[in-house]
Amino acid sequence: MLTDETKPSDFKKSQQTDYSHIKGWGIDADLENDPVYPMKKRSNEEHEGYAWERPQQQSEDVEILKSVERPNLTAVFGTASPPQGVNGAIRKLAFRYSESSYGRWLPLVLADRIGAVEGIIDDLKNGYLPNIFAERGWGAEWKYNKKNFLLKVAVAATVTAIAVSVLSSKKKNDD
Amino acid sequence: MNFRGPFRIRADRNMPEPQIEHPEDAIVRVLRSCICGSDLHLYHGLVPDTRVGTTFGHEFIGEVVEIGYSVQKLKVGDKVMVPFNIACGKCAFCKQELFGNCHESNSMATAVGGIFGYSHTAGGFQGGQAEYARVPYADVGPTVIPDWMDPDDAVLLTDVVPTGYQAAEMAGIQKGDTVVIFGAGPIGIMAAKSAWLFGAGRVIVIDHLEYRLDFVAKYAQCEAYNFNSIGDPVVFIKTQTDSLGADVCIDAVGCEAKGNLTNTILGTKLLLQGGSTTALHWAINAVKKGGIVSIVGVYGPTDALVPIGNVVNKGITIRANQAAVKRNLPKLIEHIKNGILDPKQIITHRVPLEEVADAYHIFSRKLDGCIKTVLIPPTN
Repeated sequence: MLTDETKPSDFKKSQQTDYSHIKGWGIDADLENDPVYPMKKRSNEEHEGYAWERPQQQSEDVEILKSVERPNLTAVFGTASPPQGVNGAIRKLAFRYSESSYGRWLPLVLADRIGAVEGIIDDLKNGYLPNIFAERGWGAEWKYNKKNFLLKVAVAATVTAIAVSVLSSKKKNDD
Repeated sequence: MNFRGPFRIRADRNMPEPQIEHPEDAIVRVLRSCICGSDLHLYHGLVPDTRVGTTFGHEFIGEVVEIGYSVQKLKVGDKVMVPFNIACGKCAFCKQELFGNCHESNSMATAVGGIFGYSHTAGGFQGGQAEYARVPYADVGPTVIPDWMDPDDAVLLTDVVPTGYQAAEMAGIQKGDTVVIFGAGPIGIMAAKSAWLFGAGRVIVIDHLEYRLDFVAKYAQCEAYNFNSIGDPVVFIKTQTDSLGADVCIDAVGCEAKGNLTNTILGTKLLLQGGSTTALHWAINAVKKGGIVSIVGVYGPTDALVPIGNVVNKGITIRANQAAVKRNLPKLIEHIKNGILDPKQIITHRVPLEEVADAYHIFSRKLDGCIKTVLIPPTN
């Protein structure tokens, strides 16, 4: 199986309720032995399965990617940044794997990086030139950490100068 | 606030205004929002499925300006603190007060409930570092701010205080216990403060930023040590506890822990594990046999290297969760009212929302003595 894709009918709850055939079933059960107290007011409702009265379902007006580990969309969900572009295609692929799989998370990290590049392209397409200096908060670096700012600028300038020098000498040699 | 990729955000007046998308929604005009240490994990590109165009911010208070037709407990004009958890109140987990583990708020992952502005891994909701925010399940999470409460205290009740408090609560602190807290950020500071409320006999905070150690030592009246000057922190704790180890250790750092090069490279540079686990590693090794390790530091969803063999051999109990904010709010409001807690003292920076990029940079780079930043929207 290449992916972990599921369909709603794949999700079932245990039907077993009679344990009389198991000798000693439950004789050492201790309600006080509850490491999640006080985080959890134990009622064991989850033993009933996915059976609670659900809130009204939000309508799906944009594409929402769903974990394969659940049968349905949650009653509410966020609608920010639906999947689109190359990064969206990668995300759709990633969501075919479970949350337990690297196949899920590593492609999502890749998609995030590609999404950042596509974001710049989209900005330019929309006639907006992103101010990388401001977006990275370098104004604050200049204000509060001038020495480091100047050091970074000096290192960047030196690396650029060396690269330009190497490339231009290589071009001369080729000529 | 508009996320454009790792280390790049901008204030953007063209972001779409939130709409009622569900009958239990409310729209709030944001009065204050904070930058959380865990927002930095998003900012640094460490949380998978953090999409360009999203707005961060899970610590905010606001004034209700619109409600869905099913909302009964709130009315327009109410000023509310909005817990960072999005919780339905009806699922098996919410009914048991596990409000951070709601099963009806995050379609994209089952391991965590919905969280405002915390990537699509936490549900894909826009956050509160904005002028307006959509608040789902408005009858469940939002709590009306008492008239007497300072809004700066109120905004810190949406995450920082409950998370620090729950860290101490989960640690099962008994009277006289030695409590070691890794991390002197806002959560570690509140955990240190809270540890005394449970009867700790000694509270020790470990970090590497001197200005934060100075602050926590005074604010939480505890011992504070720089791991760069005490040698191996685990050995140091053993020397402080007659070789037995601390009764409880709290990891209030999470996935960007410093102090171990291998972990830093694997966890925060190459992203080959769910973060740098150095603080958790130290916590497990510094706690006593049969001790408790409480984790509130945030880690990514992938595998992470921890000395699990020592957990088994020492019989350690590990307790962890996202704080169920709503559960502890009544008690924490009382503590503030009675002057036992004074959270607003940890705020070091108040920044206009328009300067959000600078605010993130200052917090990320720990410039200007930054401990906690509050963003003030222009409409406020």
